[in-house]
Amino acid sequence: MAEKMNQTQNFLKGIIKENPVFVMLLGMCPTLGVTSSAFNGLGMGLATLFVLLMSNIVISLVKSQIPDKVRIPAFIIVIASFVTIVEMVLEAFIPFLYEQLGIFIPLIVVNCLILGRAEAFASKNDLLSSIIDALGMGFGFVIALTVLGAVREILGNASLFEWRFVSENANTFILFVLPPGAFIALAYLAVLFNKIAIKTS
Amino acid sequence: MEYVLIFIAAVFVNNIVLSQFLGICPFLGVSNKVTTSIGMSGAVLFVMTLATLTTYLLHQFVLVPFGLDYLRTITFILVIAALVQMVEIILKKVSPPLYQVLGVFLPLITTNCAVLGVAILALGLESGSLIKAVFFAIANSIGFALALIVFASIREQLELADIPKGMKGVPINLLVAGLLSLAFLGFTGLV
Repeated sequence: MAEKMNQTQNFLKGIIKENPVFVMLLGMCPTLGVTSSAFNGLGMGLATLFVLLMSNIVISLVKSQIPDKVRIPAFIIVIASFVTIVEMVLEAFIPFLYEQLGIFIPLIVVNCLILGRAEAFASKNDLLSSIIDALGMGFGFVIALTVLGAVREILGNASLFEWRFVSENANTFILFVLPPGAFIALAYLAVLFNKIAIKTS
Repeated sequence: MEYVLIFIAAVFVNNIVLSQFLGICPFLGVSNKVTTSIGMSGAVLFVMTLATLTTYLLHQFVLVPFGLDYLRTITFILVIAALVQMVEIILKKVSPPLYQVLGVFLPLITTNCAVLGVAILALGLESGSLIKAVFFAIANSIGFALALIVFASIREQLELADIPKGMKGVPINLLVAGLLSLAFLGFTGLV
């Protein structure tokens, strides 16, 4: 039972206490770059979740084989392989999303979140904990990106997941789908998140 | 003329940090002092130019002829990681004063997405050539330096300002970055 509690905490820490975006500020480039709509945020989040999960699994399995001195390059190769898989799958099956995310798909390789979890968690813990850690952190990232994307899409485009709730030519805060809106929306979401996190803990 | 346009586009209109969101980690991380941000900018200029030069040649003469284009991401990140290591070792030996200035920033650059991002973007330039790709890298690193140094100067002033409790730290920095990005938005349509 104690073991199970531990894993629940392991999962939840990624979503609230150590949320990669709002608390740890990891992976900021895709967070700001692709969240001009909720759909893009969700797509990027899921792609990152997949790479994070697979690389955590592989690194946790082979951790004893990797010499300590070359561990970072070894981690990067594992991560880059899965990023290449994601790149090819998206190009083949979801070309629309592939075009929207553009340069940020190959850049999943340098997302500090993934390398950070590989170094700080998967290389030190067993398979099950690593999987749960990856799922927690990954979903924390998905949630953050989707929420940021949704806020920006609602304010900037008056729509959510491409579904418009006002007429075509209504005035909206276009600023929020432009680059400055990303910084401003994230700043206020971080304030809000801090407030919620302080209250719950 | 073409090169002037590339330069203005990279530094002002499509500023790599403020409108393309590449290299946000060092932008938020090492921008609390103007002196450190100048050091970081120097290291980025150095590595980004070398990395783009190497990856462009590698792409043209190895990956494309052998049909290995799908290995682009893996090879590029490995080349950049190796290059950063190499630059660090050479600088330490050849120019200790320069190493003193740039040394601490070099390891951080491997995971700086601006370097990999520019290397990939340089492949997609119109009627690209090696010189154009390298020039593109230099222009982008100047854009990075401009954004970083301006942001660091504002942050130094912010230390003295009276900021509401909830906004302290990350949120106020993001807001400042947002306003700076808004200012750069004014350059839209220049080229």
